Amino acid sequence: MKTYDQINDRIASGKAVVLTADEIMDYVDRKGAAAAAREVDVVTTATFGPMCSSGCMLNFGQPKPKIRITEAWIEDVLVYAGLAAADVYLGATQLRHGDPANMYHPGEFRYGGGHVIEDLVAGKSLQLFALSYATDCYPRRELRTYFTIDDLNQAIMVNPRNCYQNYNVAINKSDRTVYTYMGRLDPNGKNATYCSAGQLSPLLNDPCYETIGIGTKVWLAGAHGHVYAAGTQHAGACDRTAGGVPTGGAGTLALTADMKKMRPEFVRGVSLRGYGVSLALGVGIPIPVLNEQVLTRACIRDRDIPAPVIDYGIDYPQNTGKVLCHVTYEDLRSGRIEVQGKKVAVGSLSSYHTALEVANLLAGEIRRGDFTLARPHAKLPADTAMKPLVMREKPL
Amino acid sequence: MSDTITRKLMLYFPKCECEKPIVYHLVKDYDLVVNVFRAKVTPEEEGYLVLDVTGTEHNIEQAMAFVRTFNVTINLTGKGVTREDTRCTHCGFCVPYCPSNALRIDDTATREVVFDESKCIECLACIRVCPFGACASAF
Ligand code: SF4
Ligand code: SF4
Repeated sequence: MKTYDQINDRIASGKAVVLTADEIMDYVDRKGAAAAAREVDVVTTATFGPMCSSGCMLNFGQPKPKIRITEAWIEDVLVYAGLAAADVYLGATQLRHGDPANMYHPGEFRYGGGHVIEDLVAGKSLQLFALSYATDCYPRRELRTYFTIDDLNQAIMVNPRNCYQNYNVAINKSDRTVYTYMGRLDPNGKNATYCSAGQLSPLLNDPCYETIGIGTKVWLAGAHGHVYAAGTQHAGACDRTAGGVPTGGAGTLALTADMKKMRPEFVRGVSLRGYGVSLALGVGIPIPVLNEQVLTRACIRDRDIPAPVIDYGIDYPQNTGKVLCHVTYEDLRSGRIEVQGKKVAVGSLSSYHTALEVANLLAGEIRRGDFTLARPHAKLPADTAMKPLVMREKPL
Repeated sequence: MSDTITRKLMLYFPKCECEKPIVYHLVKDYDLVVNVFRAKVTPEEEGYLVLDVTGTEHNIEQAMAFVRTFNVTINLTGKGVTREDTRCTHCGFCVPYCPSNALRIDDTATREVVFDESKCIECLACIRVCPFGACASAF
Protein backbone atom coordinates (compact mmCIF):
# COMPACT_ATOMS: atom_id res chain seq x y z
CA MET A 1 0.00 0.00 0.00
CA LYS A 2 1.20 3.49 -0.91
CA THR A 3 -0.39 6.87 -0.38
CA TYR A 4 -0.55 9.84 -2.74
CA ASP A 5 1.78 11.72 -0.36
CA GLN A 6 4.38 8.95 -0.40
CA ILE A 7 4.28 8.77 -4.19
CA ASN A 8 4.55 12.56 -4.48
CA ASP A 9 7.54 12.57 -2.11
CA ARG A 10 9.28 10.06 -4.33
CA ILE A 11 8.44 12.15 -7.41
CA ALA A 12 9.78 15.28 -5.70
CA SER A 13 13.04 13.53 -4.85
CA GLY A 14 13.39 12.34 -8.44
CA LYS A 15 13.24 8.69 -7.39
CA ALA A 16 9.81 7.71 -8.63
CA VAL A 17 9.59 4.57 -10.75
CA VAL A 18 7.31 5.34 -13.68
CA LEU A 19 6.26 3.04 -16.51
CA THR A 20 3.80 3.54 -19.33
CA ALA A 21 0.65 1.43 -19.61
CA ASP A 22 2.32 -0.07 -22.68
CA GLU A 23 5.34 -1.26 -20.69
CA ILE A 24 3.74 -2.30 -17.41
CA MET A 25 2.25 -5.64 -18.51
CA ASP A 26 5.56 -7.25 -19.42
CA TYR A 27 7.16 -5.77 -16.31
CA VAL A 28 4.50 -7.30 -14.05
CA ASP A 29 4.72 -10.62 -15.90
CA ARG A 30 8.46 -10.67 -15.14
CA LYS A 31 8.41 -9.41 -11.55
CA GLY A 32 5.05 -10.60 -10.28
CA ALA A 33 2.26 -8.27 -9.19
CA ALA A 34 3.20 -8.00 -5.51
CA ALA A 35 6.83 -7.04 -6.11
CA ALA A 36 5.92 -4.73 -9.00
CA ALA A 37 3.28 -2.98 -6.87
CA ARG A 38 5.98 -2.20 -4.29
CA GLU A 39 8.49 -0.96 -6.87
CA VAL A 40 6.40 0.97 -9.37
CA ASP A 41 4.94 4.31 -8.28
CA VAL A 42 3.07 5.49 -11.33
CA VAL A 43 1.70 4.04 -14.58
CA THR A 44 1.09 6.62 -17.30
CA THR A 45 -1.88 6.19 -19.61
CA ALA A 46 -2.69 8.24 -22.70
CA THR A 47 -4.86 8.72 -25.72
CA PHE A 48 -4.86 10.85 -28.87
CA GLY A 49 -7.95 11.15 -31.01
CA PRO A 50 -10.89 13.29 -32.05
CA MET A 51 -12.89 14.52 -29.05
CA CYS A 52 -15.86 16.49 -30.36
CA SER A 53 -17.05 17.84 -27.02
CA SER A 54 -14.08 20.17 -26.64
CA GLY A 55 -13.71 23.90 -26.75
CA CYS A 56 -12.28 26.91 -24.98
CA MET A 57 -13.18 30.00 -23.01
CA LEU A 58 -11.43 33.09 -24.30
CA ASN A 59 -11.25 36.53 -22.71
CA PHE A 60 -10.24 39.36 -25.04
CA GLY A 61 -9.81 42.30 -22.71
CA GLN A 62 -11.49 45.58 -23.71
CA PRO A 63 -10.79 47.99 -26.58
CA LYS A 64 -11.35 51.75 -26.30
CA PRO A 65 -14.29 52.41 -26.20
CA LYS A 66 -15.55 49.17 -24.67
CA ILE A 67 -17.83 46.51 -26.20
CA ARG A 68 -20.32 44.02 -24.74
CA ILE A 69 -19.93 41.33 -27.40
CA THR A 70 -23.26 39.82 -28.45
CA GLU A 71 -22.14 37.98 -31.57
CA ALA A 72 -18.58 37.17 -32.63
CA TRP A 73 -16.60 35.15 -35.14
CA ILE A 74 -12.97 34.08 -35.05
CA GLU A 75 -11.68 33.41 -38.56
CA ASP A 76 -15.37 33.40 -39.55
CA VAL A 77 -16.15 30.64 -37.05
CA LEU A 78 -19.03 31.59 -34.77
CA VAL A 79 -18.34 31.63 -31.03
CA TYR A 80 -20.86 31.68 -28.20
CA ALA A 81 -21.10 35.14 -26.63
CA GLY A 82 -23.93 34.75 -24.13
CA LEU A 83 -21.51 35.45 -21.30
CA ALA A 84 -19.89 38.53 -19.77
CA ALA A 85 -18.79 41.39 -22.05
CA ALA A 86 -15.50 40.06 -23.44
CA ASP A 87 -15.84 36.32 -22.77
CA VAL A 88 -16.63 33.87 -25.56
CA TYR A 89 -16.72 30.08 -25.89
CA LEU A 90 -15.34 28.52 -29.04
CA GLY A 91 -16.53 24.97 -29.77
CA ALA A 92 -14.62 22.32 -31.71
CA THR A 93 -17.39 21.30 -34.10
CA GLN A 94 -18.52 24.79 -35.15
CA LEU A 95 -18.43 25.25 -38.93
CA ARG A 96 -17.02 28.30 -40.63
CA HIS A 97 -19.53 30.90 -41.79
CA GLY A 98 -20.40 30.17 -45.41
CA ASP A 99 -19.20 26.54 -45.30
CA PRO A 100 -21.48 24.68 -47.73
CA ALA A 101 -21.63 21.82 -45.21
CA ASN A 102 -23.16 18.82 -47.00
CA MET A 103 -24.85 20.84 -49.72
CA TYR A 104 -22.47 19.20 -52.17
CA HIS A 105 -22.37 15.79 -50.58
CA PRO A 106 -19.99 14.70 -49.15
CA GLY A 107 -18.81 18.09 -47.86
CA GLU A 108 -15.12 18.63 -47.20
CA PHE A 109 -15.31 20.62 -43.95
CA ARG A 110 -11.79 21.92 -44.32
CA TYR A 111 -11.81 24.47 -41.51
CA GLY A 112 -13.86 24.99 -38.38
CA GLY A 113 -13.73 25.35 -34.60
CA GLY A 114 -11.13 22.61 -34.11
CA HIS A 115 -8.82 24.23 -36.63
CA VAL A 116 -9.20 27.67 -34.98
CA ILE A 117 -8.20 26.07 -31.66
CA GLU A 118 -5.19 24.42 -33.35
CA ASP A 119 -4.15 27.75 -34.90
CA LEU A 120 -4.58 29.57 -31.58
CA VAL A 121 -2.30 27.12 -29.77
CA ALA A 122 0.17 27.30 -32.68
CA GLY A 123 0.45 31.05 -32.02
CA LYS A 124 -1.05 32.17 -35.33
CA SER A 125 -2.62 35.58 -35.84
CA LEU A 126 -6.40 35.26 -36.09
CA GLN A 127 -9.20 37.62 -37.03
CA LEU A 128 -11.86 38.60 -34.50
CA PHE A 129 -15.07 40.19 -35.73
CA ALA A 130 -17.64 41.16 -33.09
CA LEU A 131 -20.98 42.94 -32.96
CA SER A 132 -23.00 44.49 -30.17
CA TYR A 133 -26.24 46.40 -29.64
CA ALA A 134 -24.27 48.88 -27.50
CA THR A 135 -25.12 50.09 -24.01
CA ASP A 136 -24.22 53.18 -22.00
CA CYS A 137 -21.38 51.30 -20.34
CA TYR A 138 -20.31 49.42 -23.50
CA PRO A 139 -20.89 51.88 -26.38
CA ARG A 140 -18.98 50.12 -29.20
CA ARG A 141 -21.18 48.41 -31.77
CA GLU A 142 -18.61 46.61 -33.89
CA LEU A 143 -14.97 45.60 -34.01
CA ARG A 144 -12.55 43.81 -36.31
CA THR A 145 -9.02 43.09 -35.15
CA TYR A 146 -6.24 40.51 -35.28
CA PHE A 147 -4.88 38.73 -32.23
CA THR A 148 -2.73 35.83 -31.08
CA ILE A 149 -3.14 33.72 -27.96
CA ASP A 150 -0.57 35.95 -26.20
CA ASP A 151 -2.91 38.94 -26.53
CA LEU A 152 -5.69 37.19 -24.60
CA ASN A 153 -6.14 37.52 -20.87
CA GLN A 154 -7.19 33.89 -20.61
CA ALA A 155 -7.49 30.97 -23.01
CA ILE A 156 -8.81 28.04 -21.00
CA MET A 157 -9.71 24.76 -22.60
CA VAL A 158 -12.98 23.52 -21.11
CA ASN A 159 -14.01 20.17 -22.54
CA PRO A 160 -17.32 18.68 -21.41
CA ARG A 161 -16.48 15.21 -22.70
CA ASN A 162 -13.10 13.64 -23.38
CA CYS A 163 -11.45 10.24 -23.01
CA TYR A 164 -14.36 7.90 -23.68
CA GLN A 165 -13.61 4.81 -21.65
CA ASN A 166 -14.25 2.45 -24.57
CA TYR A 167 -15.78 3.03 -27.97
CA ASN A 168 -17.79 1.60 -30.84
CA VAL A 169 -16.40 -0.08 -33.90
CA ALA A 170 -18.32 1.37 -36.84
CA ILE A 171 -19.42 -0.67 -39.84
CA ASN A 172 -22.07 -0.09 -42.49
CA LYS A 173 -24.33 -2.98 -43.43
CA SER A 174 -26.58 -0.86 -45.66
CA ASP A 175 -26.20 -0.80 -49.44
CA ARG A 176 -24.96 2.80 -49.75
CA THR A 177 -21.79 4.55 -48.60
CA VAL A 178 -22.29 6.52 -45.39
CA TYR A 179 -20.15 9.41 -44.14
CA THR A 180 -20.04 9.46 -40.35
CA TYR A 181 -18.02 10.90 -37.49
CA MET A 182 -16.25 7.54 -37.63
CA GLY A 183 -15.23 8.23 -41.23
CA ARG A 184 -16.37 6.89 -44.58
CA LEU A 185 -18.01 3.49 -44.31
CA ASP A 186 -18.45 1.59 -47.51
CA PRO A 187 -21.63 -0.43 -48.18
CA ASN A 188 -22.27 -4.04 -47.26
CA GLY A 189 -19.79 -4.06 -44.39
CA LYS A 190 -16.74 -3.55 -46.58
CA ASN A 191 -14.69 -1.62 -44.02
CA ALA A 192 -14.82 -0.73 -40.34
CA THR A 193 -13.30 1.98 -38.14
CA TYR A 194 -12.57 2.31 -34.41
CA CYS A 195 -11.37 5.03 -32.10
CA SER A 196 -9.61 4.16 -28.84
CA ALA A 197 -6.10 3.75 -27.52
CA GLY A 198 -7.21 0.41 -26.03
CA GLN A 199 -4.68 -0.89 -23.51
CA LEU A 200 -3.09 2.57 -23.25
CA SER A 201 -6.35 4.48 -22.76
CA PRO A 202 -6.82 6.15 -19.34
CA LEU A 203 -10.18 4.80 -18.21
CA LEU A 204 -9.50 1.30 -19.54
CA ASN A 205 -6.53 1.14 -17.16
CA ASP A 206 -8.74 2.20 -14.27
CA PRO A 207 -12.03 0.60 -15.30
CA CYS A 208 -13.74 0.96 -11.91
CA TYR A 209 -12.63 4.58 -11.29
CA GLU A 210 -10.41 3.73 -8.31
CA THR A 211 -7.87 6.50 -8.94
CA ILE A 212 -9.16 8.72 -11.75
CA GLY A 213 -11.82 11.01 -10.29
CA ILE A 214 -12.85 14.63 -10.04
CA GLY A 215 -9.73 16.62 -9.22
CA THR A 216 -7.26 14.19 -10.81
CA LYS A 217 -4.38 16.08 -12.40
CA VAL A 218 -4.00 15.39 -16.11
CA TRP A 219 -1.64 16.20 -18.98
CA LEU A 220 -3.82 17.92 -21.56
CA ALA A 221 -1.88 18.56 -24.77
CA GLY A 222 1.22 19.41 -22.74
CA ALA A 223 -0.49 21.66 -20.17
CA HIS A 224 -1.13 20.49 -16.62
CA GLY A 225 -4.87 20.50 -16.06
CA HIS A 226 -7.43 18.44 -14.24
CA VAL A 227 -10.67 16.48 -14.37
CA TYR A 228 -13.34 19.03 -13.35
CA ALA A 229 -16.35 16.71 -13.54
CA ALA A 230 -17.54 13.40 -14.87
CA GLY A 231 -17.93 14.04 -18.59
CA THR A 232 -21.25 14.39 -20.36
CA GLN A 233 -22.84 11.03 -21.17
CA HIS A 234 -20.74 9.41 -18.42
CA ALA A 235 -22.50 6.11 -17.79
CA GLY A 236 -20.63 4.03 -15.25
CA ALA A 237 -23.50 1.60 -14.92
CA CYS A 238 -23.02 -0.57 -17.99
CA ASP A 239 -22.22 -4.12 -19.04
CA ARG A 240 -18.74 -5.10 -17.92
CA THR A 241 -16.46 -8.10 -18.29
CA ALA A 242 -15.54 -10.22 -15.27
CA GLY A 243 -12.51 -7.92 -14.86
CA GLY A 244 -14.75 -4.83 -14.68
CA VAL A 245 -13.94 -3.59 -18.19
CA PRO A 246 -16.93 -1.93 -19.90
CA THR A 247 -18.02 -3.63 -23.11
CA GLY A 248 -19.06 -0.27 -24.61
CA GLY A 249 -18.71 3.51 -24.17
CA ALA A 250 -19.25 3.89 -20.36
CA GLY A 251 -17.17 6.55 -18.55
CA THR A 252 -16.08 9.96 -19.81
CA LEU A 253 -14.08 12.86 -18.36
CA ALA A 254 -14.60 16.61 -18.40
CA LEU A 255 -11.15 18.19 -18.66
CA THR A 256 -9.71 21.67 -18.38
CA ALA A 257 -6.25 23.24 -18.71
CA ASP A 258 -4.54 26.49 -19.67
CA MET A 259 -4.31 26.62 -23.45
CA LYS A 260 -1.37 29.02 -23.32
CA LYS A 261 0.76 26.13 -22.02
CA MET A 262 -0.30 23.60 -24.66
CA ARG A 263 1.81 22.12 -27.44
CA PRO A 264 0.35 22.48 -30.95
CA GLU A 265 1.25 18.98 -32.11
CA PHE A 266 -1.27 17.61 -29.58
CA VAL A 267 -4.09 20.03 -30.50
CA ARG A 268 -5.18 19.21 -34.04
CA GLY A 269 -8.14 20.24 -36.13
CA VAL A 270 -9.99 17.35 -37.74
CA SER A 271 -11.97 17.31 -41.01
CA LEU A 272 -14.31 14.40 -41.55
CA ARG A 273 -15.61 14.32 -45.09
CA GLY A 274 -19.38 14.29 -45.25
CA TYR A 275 -19.65 14.79 -41.48
CA GLY A 276 -18.00 17.93 -40.13
CA VAL A 277 -15.08 19.27 -38.12
CA SER A 278 -13.69 18.29 -34.75
CA LEU A 279 -10.61 18.53 -32.59
CA ALA A 280 -8.09 15.79 -31.78
CA LEU A 281 -6.31 16.06 -28.45
CA GLY A 282 -3.49 14.27 -26.71
CA VAL A 283 -4.35 13.44 -23.10
CA GLY A 284 -2.13 11.72 -20.54
CA ILE A 285 -3.33 10.59 -17.12
CA PRO A 286 -1.10 9.12 -14.41
CA ILE A 287 -2.33 6.22 -12.34
CA PRO A 288 -0.78 6.05 -8.86
CA VAL A 289 0.08 2.49 -7.91
CA LEU A 290 -1.67 2.65 -4.53
CA ASN A 291 -1.96 -1.10 -4.20
CA GLU A 292 -1.71 -4.37 -6.09
CA GLN A 293 -5.28 -4.21 -7.36
CA VAL A 294 -4.76 -0.82 -9.00
CA LEU A 295 -1.63 -2.18 -10.68
CA THR A 296 -3.30 -5.39 -11.82
CA ARG A 297 -6.10 -3.41 -13.44
CA ALA A 298 -3.55 -1.19 -15.22
CA CYS A 299 -2.04 -4.32 -16.78
CA ILE A 300 -4.98 -4.69 -19.14
CA ARG A 301 -4.06 -5.87 -22.62
CA ASP A 302 -5.74 -5.20 -25.96
CA ARG A 303 -6.85 -8.83 -26.14
CA ASP A 304 -8.89 -8.43 -22.93
CA ILE A 305 -10.84 -5.37 -24.07
CA PRO A 306 -14.02 -6.01 -26.05
CA ALA A 307 -15.40 -3.30 -28.34
CA PRO A 308 -18.97 -3.37 -29.70
CA VAL A 309 -19.42 -3.47 -33.48
CA ILE A 310 -22.31 -1.19 -34.47
CA ASP A 311 -24.04 -0.75 -37.83
CA TYR A 312 -23.80 2.95 -38.67
CA GLY A 313 -25.89 2.33 -41.79
CA ILE A 314 -29.06 1.65 -39.78
CA ASP A 315 -28.74 0.86 -36.07
CA TYR A 316 -26.70 3.87 -34.93
CA PRO A 317 -28.73 6.57 -36.72
CA GLN A 318 -32.06 4.92 -35.81
CA ASN A 319 -30.93 4.41 -32.20
CA THR A 320 -31.96 0.76 -32.10
CA GLY A 321 -29.25 -0.12 -29.58
CA LYS A 322 -28.32 -3.23 -31.55
CA VAL A 323 -24.77 -4.56 -31.26
CA LEU A 324 -23.68 -6.86 -34.10
CA CYS A 325 -20.89 -8.52 -32.12
CA HIS A 326 -17.84 -7.74 -30.01
CA VAL A 327 -14.21 -7.81 -31.16
CA THR A 328 -11.07 -7.16 -29.12
CA TYR A 329 -8.56 -4.39 -29.61
CA GLU A 330 -6.02 -7.06 -30.49
CA ASP A 331 -8.27 -8.03 -33.40
CA LEU A 332 -8.68 -4.37 -34.35
CA ARG A 333 -4.95 -3.67 -34.31
CA SER A 334 -4.32 -6.55 -36.71
CA GLY A 335 -6.10 -4.46 -39.36
CA ARG A 336 -8.74 -7.12 -39.98
CA ILE A 337 -11.74 -8.21 -37.96
CA GLU A 338 -14.40 -10.80 -38.52
CA VAL A 339 -18.00 -9.62 -38.47
CA GLN A 340 -20.80 -12.12 -39.07
CA GLY A 341 -18.39 -14.55 -40.69
CA LYS A 342 -16.90 -11.95 -43.03
CA LYS A 343 -13.37 -10.51 -42.93
CA VAL A 344 -13.40 -6.72 -42.79
CA ALA A 345 -10.50 -4.23 -43.16
CA VAL A 346 -10.36 -1.86 -40.20
CA GLY A 347 -8.69 1.52 -39.61
CA SER A 348 -8.27 3.69 -36.54
CA LEU A 349 -9.16 7.34 -35.98
CA SER A 350 -7.25 7.38 -32.71
CA SER A 351 -3.45 7.33 -32.94
CA TYR A 352 -1.73 4.73 -30.76
CA HIS A 353 1.60 6.10 -31.97
CA THR A 354 0.90 9.61 -30.70
CA ALA A 355 -0.72 8.26 -27.52
CA LEU A 356 2.52 6.37 -26.82
CA GLU A 357 4.43 9.61 -27.28
CA VAL A 358 2.13 11.31 -24.76
CA ALA A 359 2.49 8.46 -22.24
CA ASN A 360 6.29 8.72 -22.54
CA LEU A 361 6.33 12.51 -22.27
CA LEU A 362 4.20 12.36 -19.13
CA ALA A 363 6.37 9.58 -17.67
CA GLY A 364 9.44 11.75 -18.32
CA GLU A 365 7.91 14.75 -16.56
CA ILE A 366 7.00 12.66 -13.53
CA ARG A 367 10.48 11.10 -13.37
CA ARG A 368 12.07 14.56 -13.49
CA GLY A 369 9.79 15.74 -10.69
CA ASP A 370 7.96 18.21 -12.93
CA PHE A 371 4.53 16.59 -12.60
CA THR A 372 3.12 15.52 -9.25
CA LEU A 373 -0.16 13.71 -8.66
CA ALA A 374 -3.36 15.11 -7.22
CA ARG A 375 -5.72 13.02 -5.12
CA PRO A 376 -9.26 13.28 -6.54
CA HIS A 377 -11.74 14.94 -4.19
CA ALA A 378 -14.74 13.01 -5.51
CA LYS A 379 -15.25 9.73 -7.33
CA LEU A 380 -16.71 9.38 -10.78
CA PRO A 381 -20.23 7.97 -10.41
CA ALA A 382 -20.47 4.25 -11.07
CA ASP A 383 -24.26 4.10 -11.00
CA THR A 384 -25.45 6.48 -13.74
CA ALA A 385 -26.77 5.13 -17.05
CA MET A 386 -27.47 6.79 -20.43
CA LYS A 387 -30.97 8.15 -20.91
CA PRO A 388 -32.55 8.58 -24.32
CA LEU A 389 -34.46 11.77 -25.11
CA VAL A 390 -38.18 11.11 -24.83
CA MET A 391 -40.23 12.83 -27.53
CA ARG A 392 -43.35 14.24 -25.85
CA GLU A 393 -46.39 16.25 -26.83
CA LYS A 394 -46.76 19.63 -25.10
CA PRO A 395 -48.09 18.94 -21.58
CA LEU A 396 -51.69 20.09 -21.11
CA MET B 1 20.56 -6.97 -72.92
CA SER B 2 21.65 -4.95 -69.92
CA ASP B 3 19.58 -4.78 -66.74
CA THR B 4 16.44 -2.73 -66.76
CA ILE B 5 15.46 -0.38 -63.99
CA THR B 6 12.23 1.43 -63.14
CA ARG B 7 12.04 5.07 -62.25
CA LYS B 8 9.13 7.18 -61.12
CA LEU B 9 9.00 10.62 -62.69
CA MET B 10 6.79 13.63 -62.50
CA LEU B 11 6.80 15.82 -65.59
CA TYR B 12 5.52 19.38 -65.68
CA PHE B 13 4.59 20.80 -69.07
CA PRO B 14 4.16 24.54 -69.33
CA LYS B 15 1.41 25.83 -71.59
CA CYS B 16 3.48 25.82 -74.82
CA GLU B 17 4.62 22.19 -74.53
CA CYS B 18 1.36 20.42 -73.82
CA GLU B 19 0.66 19.29 -77.33
CA LYS B 20 3.96 17.53 -78.06
CA PRO B 21 3.78 13.69 -78.15
CA ILE B 22 6.67 13.23 -75.73
CA VAL B 23 5.52 9.94 -74.21
CA TYR B 24 5.27 8.43 -77.67
CA HIS B 25 8.95 9.14 -78.24
CA LEU B 26 9.91 7.66 -74.86
CA VAL B 27 8.39 4.36 -76.00
CA LYS B 28 9.41 4.40 -79.63
CA ASP B 29 12.88 5.98 -79.61
CA TYR B 30 14.16 4.94 -76.18
CA ASP B 31 12.48 1.55 -75.82
CA LEU B 32 10.97 2.40 -72.46
CA VAL B 33 7.98 0.66 -70.90
CA VAL B 34 5.73 3.43 -69.62
CA ASN B 35 3.15 3.14 -66.85
CA VAL B 36 1.16 6.32 -66.41
CA PHE B 37 -0.33 6.85 -62.93
CA ARG B 38 -1.93 10.20 -63.37
CA ALA B 39 -2.10 12.95 -65.97
CA LYS B 40 -3.84 16.27 -65.90
CA VAL B 41 -4.12 19.37 -68.03
CA THR B 42 -5.21 22.38 -66.01
CA PRO B 43 -7.61 25.05 -67.29
CA GLU B 44 -4.47 27.17 -67.75
CA GLU B 45 -3.31 24.47 -70.17
CA GLU B 46 -0.37 23.40 -68.06
CA GLY B 47 0.17 19.67 -67.96
CA TYR B 48 1.25 17.26 -65.22
CA LEU B 49 2.19 13.65 -65.74
CA VAL B 50 3.29 11.08 -63.17
CA LEU B 51 4.63 7.86 -64.63
CA ASP B 52 6.98 4.94 -64.17
CA VAL B 53 9.49 4.32 -66.92
CA THR B 54 11.25 0.96 -67.21
CA GLY B 55 14.29 0.43 -69.42
CA THR B 56 18.08 0.35 -69.35
CA GLU B 57 19.72 3.05 -67.28
CA HIS B 58 21.40 4.35 -70.42
CA ASN B 59 18.12 4.67 -72.30
CA ILE B 60 16.42 6.36 -69.37
CA GLU B 61 19.25 8.92 -69.14
CA GLN B 62 19.05 9.58 -72.89
CA ALA B 63 15.27 9.85 -72.74
CA MET B 64 15.47 12.38 -69.95
CA ALA B 65 17.98 14.41 -71.91
CA PHE B 66 15.51 14.34 -74.79
CA VAL B 67 12.64 15.44 -72.54
CA ARG B 68 14.76 18.29 -71.23
CA THR B 69 15.25 19.65 -74.76
CA PHE B 70 11.63 20.72 -74.44
CA ASN B 71 10.58 23.22 -71.85
CA VAL B 72 9.56 20.37 -69.51
CA THR B 73 10.53 20.10 -65.83
CA ILE B 74 11.40 16.61 -64.58
CA ASN B 75 10.91 15.83 -60.92
CA LEU B 76 12.90 12.65 -60.34
CA THR B 77 11.39 11.83 -56.98
CA GLY B 78 8.00 11.66 -58.66
CA LYS B 79 6.11 13.32 -55.85
CA GLY B 80 2.62 13.75 -57.23
CA VAL B 81 1.26 12.78 -53.82
CA THR B 82 3.04 13.85 -50.65
CA ARG B 83 2.51 13.30 -46.97
CA GLU B 84 3.60 16.06 -44.66
CA ASP B 85 5.30 14.20 -41.84
CA THR B 86 4.78 16.99 -39.31
CA ARG B 87 1.02 16.91 -39.93
CA CYS B 88 0.65 13.12 -39.87
CA THR B 89 -0.53 11.85 -36.48
CA HIS B 90 0.03 8.18 -37.40
CA CYS B 91 -3.57 7.35 -36.63
CA GLY B 92 -3.59 4.75 -39.38
CA PHE B 93 -6.98 5.81 -40.64
CA CYS B 94 -5.76 5.95 -44.25
CA VAL B 95 -4.22 2.49 -44.20
CA PRO B 96 -7.23 0.36 -45.23
CA TYR B 97 -8.20 2.88 -47.94
CA CYS B 98 -4.75 2.77 -49.59
CA PRO B 99 -4.96 0.18 -52.38
CA SER B 100 -1.21 -0.19 -52.94
CA ASN B 101 0.04 -0.58 -49.36
CA ALA B 102 2.10 2.59 -49.78
CA LEU B 103 0.61 3.71 -46.46
CA ARG B 104 1.04 0.95 -43.93
CA ILE B 105 2.11 0.00 -40.41
CA ASP B 106 5.34 -2.00 -40.42
CA ASP B 107 6.20 -1.87 -36.72
CA THR B 108 3.25 -3.09 -34.68
CA ALA B 109 4.88 -1.90 -31.44
CA THR B 110 5.18 1.79 -32.33
CA ARG B 111 2.32 1.70 -34.86
CA GLU B 112 4.05 4.33 -36.95
CA VAL B 113 2.40 4.77 -40.34
CA VAL B 114 5.04 4.75 -43.07
CA PHE B 115 4.53 6.36 -46.46
CA ASP B 116 6.39 4.39 -49.10
CA GLU B 117 6.38 6.78 -52.01
CA SER B 118 7.67 4.24 -54.51
CA LYS B 119 4.53 2.14 -54.01
CA CYS B 120 2.07 5.01 -54.35
CA ILE B 121 -0.14 4.71 -57.43
CA GLU B 122 -1.57 8.21 -56.91
CA CYS B 123 -5.19 7.17 -56.49
CA LEU B 124 -5.70 10.16 -54.14
CA ALA B 125 -7.78 8.12 -51.66
CA CYS B 126 -5.64 9.21 -48.70
CA ILE B 127 -6.12 12.87 -49.55
CA ARG B 128 -9.87 12.44 -49.27
CA VAL B 129 -9.89 10.38 -46.08
CA CYS B 130 -7.04 11.79 -43.95
CA PRO B 131 -8.80 13.71 -41.14
CA PHE B 132 -5.67 15.78 -40.46
CA GLY B 133 -5.02 17.07 -43.97
CA ALA B 134 -1.59 15.43 -43.97
CA CYS B 135 -1.69 14.21 -47.59
CA ALA B 136 -1.66 16.49 -50.59
CA SER B 137 -1.36 16.39 -54.35
CA ALA B 138 1.09 18.50 -56.35
CA PHE B 139 -1.66 19.03 -58.92
S1 SF4 C 1 -4.88 9.29 -41.99
FE1 SF4 C 1 -3.52 11.08 -42.20
S2 SF4 C 1 -2.77 11.48 -40.13
FE2 SF4 C 1 -3.61 9.41 -40.12
S3 SF4 C 1 -1.84 8.07 -40.58
FE3 SF4 C 1 -2.84 8.52 -42.54
S4 SF4 C 1 -1.74 10.33 -43.31
FE4 SF4 C 1 -1.24 10.18 -41.14
S1 SF4 D 1 -2.53 8.24 -53.30
FE1 SF4 D 1 -3.53 6.22 -53.12
S2 SF4 D 1 -1.83 4.78 -53.41
FE2 SF4 D 1 -0.89 6.75 -52.96
S3 SF4 D 1 -0.59 6.69 -50.74
FE3 SF4 D 1 -2.55 7.73 -51.12
S4 SF4 D 1 -4.06 6.06 -50.95
FE4 SF4 D 1 -2.06 5.08 -51.20
